[in-house]
Amino acid sequence: MAKIHVTTTINGDPAEFLCEPHETLLDILRDELQLTGSKEGCASGDCGACSVMLDGRLVCSCLVLGAEVQGSEVETVENIAQGDKLHPVQQRILEHGALQCGYCTPGIVVAAKALLDRNNDPSETEIRYWLAGNLCRCTGYDKIIGAVMDAAADMRGEAS
Amino acid sequence: MTYDLDNLKIVGTRPIRPDGVDKVTGRANFGADFKMPGQLIGKVLRSPHAHARIISIDTSKAKALTGVKAVIVGEDMIDIAHELSQTGETAIDVHDLSLNVLARGKVLYDGHALAAVAATTAKIADEALALIDVQYEVLPHVIDVDEAMKPDAPVLHDDMFTKGLDETPTTPSNIASRMEMGLGDVEEGFKHADIIIERSYKTKAVHQGYIEPHAVVANFAEDGTAFVWCSSQGHFTVRDLCAKLLGMDSSAIRVIPAEIGGGFGGKTTVYIEPLAIAMSKLAGRPVKMTMTRAEVFRATGPTPATSMDVKIGVTNDGKIVAADCEFRFHAGAFAGSPVGAACMAGLTPYALENARVVGYDVVSNTCKSGAYRAPGAPNGAFAVESAMDELAQMLKMDPIEFRHINAAEEGTKAIYGPTFKQIGCKDVLVATREHPHYKSNLGPNQGRGIASGFWFNVGGQSNAAVNVHEDGTVTVVEGSPDIGGTRAAMAMMAAEVLGIEYERVQVVVADTASIAHNDGTGGSRVTFATGIAVTNAAEDVVLQLRTRAAADMGIDVEDVVWQDGSAQATKGDAKSMSLADIAAKAARTGGIIVGRSSINARGAGPSFATHICDVEVDPETGYIEILRYTTVQDVGKAIHPSYVEGQMQGGAVQGIGWALNEEYFYNEDGLLENPGFLDYRMPVASDLPMIDTVLVEVANPNHPFGVRGVGEAPLVPPLAAVVNAIYDATGVRMTELPVTPIKMLAALDAYKEAAE
Repeated sequence: MAKIHVTTTINGDPAEFLCEPHETLLDILRDELQLTGSKEGCASGDCGACSVMLDGRLVCSCLVLGAEVQGSEVETVENIAQGDKLHPVQQRILEHGALQCGYCTPGIVVAAKALLDRNNDPSETEIRYWLAGNLCRCTGYDKIIGAVMDAAADMRGEAS
Repeated sequence: MTYDLDNLKIVGTRPIRPDGVDKVTGRANFGADFKMPGQLIGKVLRSPHAHARIISIDTSKAKALTGVKAVIVGEDMIDIAHELSQTGETAIDVHDLSLNVLARGKVLYDGHALAAVAATTAKIADEALALIDVQYEVLPHVIDVDEAMKPDAPVLHDDMFTKGLDETPTTPSNIASRMEMGLGDVEEGFKHADIIIERSYKTKAVHQGYIEPHAVVANFAEDGTAFVWCSSQGHFTVRDLCAKLLGMDSSAIRVIPAEIGGGFGGKTTVYIEPLAIAMSKLAGRPVKMTMTRAEVFRATGPTPATSMDVKIGVTNDGKIVAADCEFRFHAGAFAGSPVGAACMAGLTPYALENARVVGYDVVSNTCKSGAYRAPGAPNGAFAVESAMDELAQMLKMDPIEFRHINAAEEGTKAIYGPTFKQIGCKDVLVATREHPHYKSNLGPNQGRGIASGFWFNVGGQSNAAVNVHEDGTVTVVEGSPDIGGTRAAMAMMAAEVLGIEYERVQVVVADTASIAHNDGTGGSRVTFATGIAVTNAAEDVVLQLRTRAAADMGIDVEDVVWQDGSAQATKGDAKSMSLADIAAKAARTGGIIVGRSSINARGAGPSFATHICDVEVDPETGYIEILRYTTVQDVGKAIHPSYVEGQMQGGAVQGIGWALNEEYFYNEDGLLENPGFLDYRMPVASDLPMIDTVLVEVANPNHPFGVRGVGEAPLVPPLAAVVNAIYDATGVRMTELPVTPIKMLAALDAYKEAAE
């Protein structure tokens, strides 16, 4: 079967690629576009390590086909820091030591930013449920939750 | 040299880890993030049966498929005699490992590898796997450890004759070995008991659950050398095991340590790495292999299912007079469960005069068990600490008080041989009792449990270099894969010794050709052992700095001290020289300054932990909610407290998962039914409260900064802490893990019926 030609926008830049019908957006990002920040942990939508934004919605890129993103806008973890300035979520994760191995971290960063973009004053419970699709096996989540709460305060302009 | 732990500038603070920015921006390169030009994709054919004889494997059609460049089967591997290869914390039998990497003769579990292919695309590799024709004779199988020990159980290995018995049996069985250790006279001890309890417990196999699947890229060159990129807990272990399995020289294999996405003991051996090298050799091209999540569950090394009996006798005033345990661990398809460590650790939080532990290492038709964070100890502690809780109830004694009466302390002889020096077992119990959590109130259907645990921690071989650059910055070169922030700890210790800012130190985890052998990242050994090597290497730098400065000042080196990052003369009026001053002149004063150290570290201080868990049990659904959780641990000196707390929190949560949700679920055909994160349910953020931590800092005298390993002990107490809390909430004693809502509800119903 011929490959499908897809034109899309990745991290604000035009991008095009050829993909097999079965290839996922995660496969395309990692293997075709060399954007390896999004990780594969399960390929079944259970771990969230491949979280990206697709037209403003948080998705697992392993559950989206490459062919589906024709004409869409995709944002990956590689686009979250602006220039040499980290996003508050990234900065707070570092300050809290809210990562150990760091493998789930890109997905957590993308998912937490998505939450704070729509709600910059979430409760602990809201953060826990929002991030329930992002498995972290190292930290027990405690420091991740604390980091996201502090990042939310930063985004509200509150000093901490 | 030792340091004044009350006057440290950097150790004990919380700087940002050197590899942090790469890990929050997606730059960090893990196992699967690397590719090479012209690389092939390798895949593995796995057994669909729990136990079967391989009658034939026909690979001709797969080999004939366009795009297929290499196909290997077990017969292509070299034969290796039984030999234990030391990998640091554990020893691996390379004969068994070879058969686990590619089966020969029989497949021994669902998922057992028996062939591999490398092709130009993943799709062609999948097609090739489907074209391999394997004829099996399906054999009876056995999964459960107690079933596997029965005389009529299907036998996995015709050459397995139980070791450790007075007389070696003449018929083969699944019992690989029996071991026994003890103190005093158990029978005599029980005669003095006022209360004796005897209970049995069972746990299921659980997986480490690291989020990163195993991945490797290997490139074999025509000169017989191989380049290997992979994530592991020990790239030297990968190198040496691959060399043994493939008949290569260790020096011919260069392993680059990728960033590692979790391991918890599970990445201390090899699975696909030797296959990638072997197929790269056949194909003359690089081969990349990545496991799927299902492959990780079916064919790597979870910690085993166990069955345990515990008998403890106490006097009415709460003194343990005797303890007798039998631990039966299944090892999976090949011998080598962590039952030995369980025997050594289970009773060790207590000072006992009379104790005996018997262990059985048993094979069954499940994947070969691997190391998982304090291997064996959580299982043993689940049994012992559940019994201890029940005894405290029977004695009408506070469970912490009961443990404190019997707690190990300096001078206690442990069942596995040593007499403890400075340990924090009692300090931890006192800190637990004084924590506000322990005194807080509980509501209806709520309960509180506590449990203690012990882990040895290990030292082992580490070496490091500290390179001083001309501009006064420093690079630490070490060889311990950084799984949880150890680069930060190394940089902090080096900066502390050198008296320079933390930000001036970079840390590199070097490949196997760029630094000498280091034991793997396991046994909670890195901050301890590699920390000593880095500290020594930095002290070596300080001596050289003093020497160069003394020459510059025209005085003896004995008259120059290193203070606040500069060489200061104690005699005469020579101007002090900073590290940067001396480094700038290094080329003219004898060459670049490099400090080195190579050690085999002894005296890893053991760790003791006690956890408090509050649960609420829903009487209508059996759902168990963790309401509050506090971990208290003797951590020695915390170099970077955030990462020490993180170890405690992460270990506690893995233990909560083990207690409540996680299990390897085999069907009646012996096939794993839940090889994915949806059905193998690990804790998610919404399952949990914050995990409080109390760092009890009892310095380890064998480390310059007082470090004890901290990573493993946090997984030892949670299983029993959760179950003890469930008992407190419901009056029901759960003795088999995991306590799923279904099991809990059935137990509540049975309890109610019995009461009516």
